[in-house]
Amino acid sequence: MAAKIRIPGMIKGLGVTFKTMVRTLTKGSHTVQYPHVKEAPTARARGVIALHEENCTSCMLCARECPDWCIYIEGHKYKAPPRRPGGKPRKKNALDRFDIDYSLCMYCGICVDVCPFEALFWTPEYEYSELKISNLLHDKNQLGKWMETVPEFEDYEKGSEAKKAQVPE
Amino acid sequence: MTLILAEMAYWQETSIRLLVGLAAVLLPAGTLVYLFLFKMMSFMQSRLGPMEAGPYGSMQLLAEVGKFLQKEDIIPRAADRLIFKLAPFVVLISTFLLVLVIPAGPDLWFIDVDTGIFLALAVSSISVIGILMAGWASASKYSLMGALRATGQLIAYELPMVLAVVGVVIQAGTLNVQNIVMAQATGEIFGWGGIGNPFIFTQFLGFAIFLIAVQAELTQPPFDMPVAESELVTGYLTEYSGLRFLMFFIGEFATAGIFSALAATLFLGGWYVPGLDPTDGLFNVIGPAVLFAKMLLVAFLIFWFRFTYPRFREDQLQKLAWKVLIPLSLVNIVATGVLKVVF
Repeated sequence: MAAKIRIPGMIKGLGVTFKTMVRTLTKGSHTVQYPHVKEAPTARARGVIALHEENCTSCMLCARECPDWCIYIEGHKYKAPPRRPGGKPRKKNALDRFDIDYSLCMYCGICVDVCPFEALFWTPEYEYSELKISNLLHDKNQLGKWMETVPEFEDYEKGSEAKKAQVPE
Repeated sequence: MTLILAEMAYWQETSIRLLVGLAAVLLPAGTLVYLFLFKMMSFMQSRLGPMEAGPYGSMQLLAEVGKFLQKEDIIPRAADRLIFKLAPFVVLISTFLLVLVIPAGPDLWFIDVDTGIFLALAVSSISVIGILMAGWASASKYSLMGALRATGQLIAYELPMVLAVVGVVIQAGTLNVQNIVMAQATGEIFGWGGIGNPFIFTQFLGFAIFLIAVQAELTQPPFDMPVAESELVTGYLTEYSGLRFLMFFIGEFATAGIFSALAATLFLGGWYVPGLDPTDGLFNVIGPAVLFAKMLLVAFLIFWFRFTYPRFREDQLQKLAWKVLIPLSLVNIVATGVLKVVF
């Protein structure tokens, strides 16, 4: 009895591989030849993290929440001139250094989620491999350049009252 | 080949034999690796395989060989150095000896002995010694386990293979491989000699058993228990690297090619194409190509099974050999013998 069930299954298996071969030869494969042909990632794919520097207050929340400790932030405080004449000088935070080490990053996106000032954004760019691992440490200029590739946020479901997030210009 | 070689000096004859032998081993091996391992396997998994090196990745093999040649030749400190170094040669020697007996035309053969098929089956078992040497000398538990499994498996499947060939031998009435081809070429099916009598029709059971046994002899999936990479790393190959690993690799695929050629010779009529006179000198020219085409056909079957089925468990594997294949091949022999006497 057992043999009666097993043998058709084994033949069916041969059929599956043969059919797949014929389909690949006639209709092409499911894979693409990467450097020549590129698949477009989905709009909100987690490729690389971009930094909008003006929004960053160097509050260190992202660096503290990062599971890999791959974000390095250095900043200093300075006194900005008062808004109105006679007023008190304002305390402001300036960003000296904001580096993400992509050789450590595990793309969890916690930094993007915890940022209270909308300074970090996901972009779907993924082609930034390097020959030297140290070049994967992206400084704030490089992270700022990624801002150009941040796609618009998708619309919420119909009837949603939440405000749609905007990508800063 | 013998006609040309007769007028040559010994050293000329030997060097030509050497070159042809090398080509006869390496050409099928390369073709099988590229055509089936690289391309067919990829197509069966809905991908394209190597595409960058040369047109359709046809130069990929050279790149692979170059890569292996560059690698460091690592020998474990506790290894038995001499045996460790010798093992791949022993495996390769059995492959090179196998090719001797396969004729590629009425006058195209390396040796023409009356016990040809017996010799082939005997030298094919030499590789077991090489594998056992590799496993023991590596001083690694994975290698040893792999080698022991390989040995158990090869011994178990040697039997059905030999017994499957016995059917052919009974029907042809000879152990000489050339005469087996001739018997198929001049044979008749119920008085009709249109396509000769390829033994696949009368010995289909033998053919099936032979193919299964070859699959196991090559330690290919679904019989790749000795190199089961999820539990034994790569079995007896674990400690090998660079050139020595490459030799095992070539040995495996060259043996696949030669066993396919042997199956083609025994069951599909070898170098013969129906409709022509088998003693025609033309076969000395087209014979190798015909044999090569038939070899590719058999190899296609072997590799098709390889890429389709998952691995057997060790006990299932042994059970299949001892409880199914050997009794079946014995029945086949009895039936062949009875029919041979009756007709």
